[in-house]
Amino acid sequence: MESNLITEDKQKNKLEKAFEILKTMASKPSGLIGLAIVLFHVVLALISPYIAPYDYKAISPNTMLLAPSAEHWFGTDSLGRDVFTRTILGGRTALTVTFFGSLIALLWGGLLGIFCGLVGGKIDDVVMRVVDAFLSIPWILAMLLIVSLLGTSTEVLIPALGFFYGKGIVRVARAATHDVIAKDFIVSARARGHSNMSIIWNEIIPNVRDAILVEGAMRWSWMLLGFSSLSFLGFGVSPPTPDWGLMISNARGLMSFAYWSVIAPIVGLSSLIIGINLTADAFAKALGIDRSTKAPV
Amino acid sequence: MNKIIESIKNLSIGFNSQKGKKISILRNVSTNIKKGETVGIVGESGSGKSTLALAMMGYIKQGLFPLKGECLFKSEDLLKMSSRQLEKIRGRKIAMIPQNAGQALTPNLKIGYQIDEALRLHTDLNKTERDKKISELLNKVRLPSPETMAFRYPHELSGGQQQRVAVAMALAGKPDLLLLDEPTTGLDVTTQAHVLELLRFIAKDTGTSMIYVSHDLGAIAQVSDRIVVMYAGEIVLEGPARKILKEPIHPYTYGLLKSIPKLSLAGLPASMPGSQPQPGSISEGCSFYDRCNLATDHCKKNSPDLEYIKELDTNVRCFNHKELINQNNNLQTSITKKSNNSEAIEVLKLKDVSISYAKQKFFDQLLNKISDQNPTVKDINIDIKKGETIALVGESGSGKSTILKSIAGLLKTKDGQIKFENDRILSSDLKMRNPNDLRAIQLIFQNPDESLNPNHTVEQILSQPLKLYFNLSGEELKKNIIDLLKKVRLGEFYMSRYPRQLSGGEKQRVAVARAFAAKPDIILCDEVTSALDVSVQAAVLNLLQQLKEDLGTTYVFVSHDLAVVRAISDRVAVLYQGRLCEIGPSQNVYKFPSHPYTEVLLGAVLEPDPDIKPKLVAEDIVEEKPPEKGCSFQGRCPRKIGDICNTEVPPWQIGENGNAIRCHINIDELANSQQ
Ligand SMILES: Nc1ncnc2c1ncn2[C@@H]1O[C@H](COP(=O)(O)OP(=O)(O)O)[C@@H](O)[C@H]1O
Ligand code: SF4
Ligand code: SF4
Ligand SMILES: [Mg+2]
Repeated sequence: MESNLITEDKQKNKLEKAFEILKTMASKPSGLIGLAIVLFHVVLALISPYIAPYDYKAISPNTMLLAPSAEHWFGTDSLGRDVFTRTILGGRTALTVTFFGSLIALLWGGLLGIFCGLVGGKIDDVVMRVVDAFLSIPWILAMLLIVSLLGTSTEVLIPALGFFYGKGIVRVARAATHDVIAKDFIVSARARGHSNMSIIWNEIIPNVRDAILVEGAMRWSWMLLGFSSLSFLGFGVSPPTPDWGLMISNARGLMSFAYWSVIAPIVGLSSLIIGINLTADAFAKALGIDRSTKAPV
Repeated sequence: MNKIIESIKNLSIGFNSQKGKKISILRNVSTNIKKGETVGIVGESGSGKSTLALAMMGYIKQGLFPLKGECLFKSEDLLKMSSRQLEKIRGRKIAMIPQNAGQALTPNLKIGYQIDEALRLHTDLNKTERDKKISELLNKVRLPSPETMAFRYPHELSGGQQQRVAVAMALAGKPDLLLLDEPTTGLDVTTQAHVLELLRFIAKDTGTSMIYVSHDLGAIAQVSDRIVVMYAGEIVLEGPARKILKEPIHPYTYGLLKSIPKLSLAGLPASMPGSQPQPGSISEGCSFYDRCNLATDHCKKNSPDLEYIKELDTNVRCFNHKELINQNNNLQTSITKKSNNSEAIEVLKLKDVSISYAKQKFFDQLLNKISDQNPTVKDINIDIKKGETIALVGESGSGKSTILKSIAGLLKTKDGQIKFENDRILSSDLKMRNPNDLRAIQLIFQNPDESLNPNHTVEQILSQPLKLYFNLSGEELKKNIIDLLKKVRLGEFYMSRYPRQLSGGEKQRVAVARAFAAKPDIILCDEVTSALDVSVQAAVLNLLQQLKEDLGTTYVFVSHDLAVVRAISDRVAVLYQGRLCEIGPSQNVYKFPSHPYTEVLLGAVLEPDPDIKPKLVAEDIVEEKPPEKGCSFQGRCPRKIGDICNTEVPPWQIGENGNAIRCHINIDELANSQQ
């Protein structure tokens, strides 16, 4: 017998399911491009310390502002450092900070959102008001305050970014939870007498997970832009850490005669943002989540 | 009169599967719509009836495309027209009334404005003419006080009234053809009967042709001149309404009619095995082969063509249809069920139960008191006997689900007590109930799509109660799950399926299995068959009955459908606005005397029989709140006797049929006037 729609959708284990989602994501050109870009950046970030041709912090007055050549593929910057080395290592910085930042955002945003969606009522009102109040503070000013108080180490930047980018996730997680708890399968579990923890774990999380993950992926690309802006403004990681925002900022004045020192980090940053964005979009579509695009906060 | 206005020729519509195969969901459909005729298209969900109806107005849903054939409207092919040309036809020549009018109306615009909009778009009338037309239209669809109606917003109207506005808007452009897709599904029984009556009147009055699409043969029977029966994307039977309903010569239609519970029949309707095949799963042979009890080997390999039977003026797609000619007597049979040998042990007692949704005031909250003089549900006294099926019946909003929820402990009672076994009071708070009481009372919900976690496999779903109540694990757990699946007639291989991989009936079986997993004493069933197709509904009803007979479970069965209630219940309690109207043995429900509200409900039942017309005795108003005092039914009662109904709560009286009725009219008088 010809396979029908039901049997086409066979039982799969987790790994197969993940693979299936990847396959669906890659089945559209935009998703494929996004995945390819992200994969390229991730691989580069992983191997960059081993393939970097120069020391990223080696200052050398002899090699200042050299144009691209066989020795220095992307030229050198105003301190004579190799731009290629700093670009690939900069990707590593950006990905590490924002990856862990997003993880933190997902964690606290997701948990608080689920909590609010669950308890509802007054507590929910109050918490959401506080979150809204935070939403209305220009985050860059707040970050400024934080880094001036605590410094610009990654131990400060990662949780701070995670904190600010988690606000949007709270909303999504709360809305998703709110939708789910009205469903009869939750009522059914409550009527059976399952504990709250068991209901959250078995019934709610599996049903809100996808929406939260998609939101997290989206926020990741925004966080990348935010993080680089911070560095650009001088509140991000501190020199001589290789970082795209910093590189762009340092080379800004030299644009007219040493364009090479700024093109590489710009291309790196924008391609990664676009890549993550496309991937997050494809991810949402593959999971069947309808996500209207919102402006970054 | 016999002019054909729309002609569908060999139409096939399909989609591309993920594997790139073309899968058709409509196959070779041909039919003609004549001027002034109402054609009912009936079929189960997924049979392609809506796809066909939409194609009739030149609309193909996204993701679908025509594979072949044409839709000729006045000899022009709608499927070949540009969207410009279609715009000229839609609304003016062909109008559509959607299932949920409430959602189709723009919420922030007044009714009159929206009709005016339609008139401006579809006619050339000037302002004064249009204004006149608006009140004319509102009159025509029999909306109360049309003058003020035009200034109301959609949300200020009831579902039935919104549907009437949708009809008025559709009539604005004086269409030649009116398409109605499940226009009364989701409305209350009494409202439904009224809307159907209106549609019949409009068809006669304006000479508009109508296509009426529904899964409900009862509704179709009331309006149609001709009926088209769809199954798995094909027309399997087509002919004059009376012939189709009285002498169905296709096994599917025959089985479908037999599976509809009827008011005049005690016992359960016969069920059809299996469910409709998925699109693309049939490669050869008759699409009904799997479920057909007349099937022969010939049917397995060969697909029957539509054949015209002259004597019946009917087209039928079946090799063996001759076997069904003159079988119509058998349509009126049902499966007798073992009535419970009422040991008269009471398992559950509702004593003076009142339930309120009102928000508690702060001080009352401190004193743990609910101050609501007019609660949603009031004074419910029902003693439920072990092993019986007691039905709660009433229209939506009558408080049926509310009562079930408070029995389950999901909703606090305001007053009164719920007593379980030997008069032990059950706490109205779930958290205070002991685990064994929680186990003893289980719930089954209306819509299995909502009541089964979409992210759990059937195995996970069934293991939850087993783990929770019996601490099962490993092999024993698995064995129990397989046993449960067997009980609800599902194979072991269903364990690894997700709900989305099951048909509606299969999902509801899983929900039934989950309830039985707890080995409960009482199962609360909330409209458990309302979301299912008729043929599947009969099977689920039979399954519930079988399980009950085997295991001695008690059911509290909530439904709005009196015929279903008649089929399954031993006793029935009729509710209006959260107050009991009548309670008694269900074989007597339709024997008089009846409470005036029961009478209204019984009159509104739509039977799949052109000779049984609904009796419309009460207005189809919807009341928001129960009245403060007096009889709960005073606002709509056609037999109201005067002021006493408004001021005093009527007394209980017991009729000679054994039913207790709560009405001020003397029960003998009531009996006389209803004979
Ligand atoms: N959560 C709720 N909050 C406030 N009112 C409600 C709620 N649920 C139901 N109601 C009201 O209670 C009445 C009875 O509802 P319900 O028990 O759902 O009736 P049924 O199941 O008979 O359709 C209706 O008027 C409905 O509007
Ligand atoms: S053709 Fe055969 S299988 Fe199909 S409906 Fe007729 S008897 Fe049944
Ligand atoms: S008490 Fe009055 S209003 Fe109520 S059902 Fe009887 S006659 Fe009608
Ligand atoms: Mg209900």
